[in-house]
Amino acid sequence: MGFAIENLRDDAMKARVHVMLKNGVLDPQGEAVRHALGALGFDKVEGVRQGKVIDLELAEGATEADVTAMCEKLLANTVIESYSIEMQ
Amino acid sequence: MKAAVVVFPGSNCDRDLAVAFEQAGFDVSMVWHKDSALPAGVDIVGVPGGFSYGDYLRCGAIAAQSPICKAVVDHAERGGYAIGICNGFQILTETGVLPGALLRNAGLKYICRTVDLKVATADSVFTEGYNVGDVIGVPIAHHDGNYFADEATIKTLQDQDRVAFTYEDNPNGSVADIAGILSENRRVLGMMPHPERAADEGHGGTDGAAMFRALAGMVAAA
Repeated sequence: MGFAIENLRDDAMKARVHVMLKNGVLDPQGEAVRHALGALGFDKVEGVRQGKVIDLELAEGATEADVTAMCEKLLANTVIESYSIEMQ
Repeated sequence: MKAAVVVFPGSNCDRDLAVAFEQAGFDVSMVWHKDSALPAGVDIVGVPGGFSYGDYLRCGAIAAQSPICKAVVDHAERGGYAIGICNGFQILTETGVLPGALLRNAGLKYICRTVDLKVATADSVFTEGYNVGDVIGVPIAHHDGNYFADEATIKTLQDQDRVAFTYEDNPNGSVADIAGILSENRRVLGMMPHPERAADEGHGGTDGAAMFRALAGMVAAA
């Protein structure tokens, strides 16, 4: 695994959070991107879902459970969004 | 009769809402987002429209974590009255005071125009000035007004007669044409359209004024 976070210390503990709209929740932005790709001639795209990536620089001792709590409380709205966490 | 209007960085309907409350006879206090308590004796809290915190992360997400929102949630949990309009509705869903969430409009465009709303229930202090089935003209101005909740939540809202307003011609993709909903105790209303922008002759329409008159009547009678 491993990913670079620009402007963060090389030795910092990091987490990357992916937030996506849940399956079944309409993603109008993804749909618009799909249409635009089709208009450009990319005719092999059958669906687009757009989400966001949030990189966190963490203090020593932070755990995945801490990041999960952050996702539940703020980073994702679990009514409409799902999230996944990569720790590094 | 006391109303409080919360002001966040990026609120832009706070003064309109304050004027609507004042014209209905309320004394209005403006409450800054960093305050951690509402003024004593507040009967109703208004969470206004705008773009709190620039809509960063999600509409209303950062505002929902502000000190004053904790006080607003406590007020609602004690059975206090509250109304969240537009961004205020988004904030109240983010706090969990109201169920569901507001997504990007299905057509992706920011929509700013007056729409027809149908009054879906008269059983609340907000809507008792109307009759069920009344169609009123109220402006909308939003990019993220597409109400979403899972099927079970929608069924609960409908079964408990908690849908306050529906769109006659759904502008944004909201599930079941929902424009506004009530809390379980019917004392908190969240809605995307702006009744405070249809509360004075100068607005070009006064269909929203009955809501503020009814609120004032409720408090006066209490």
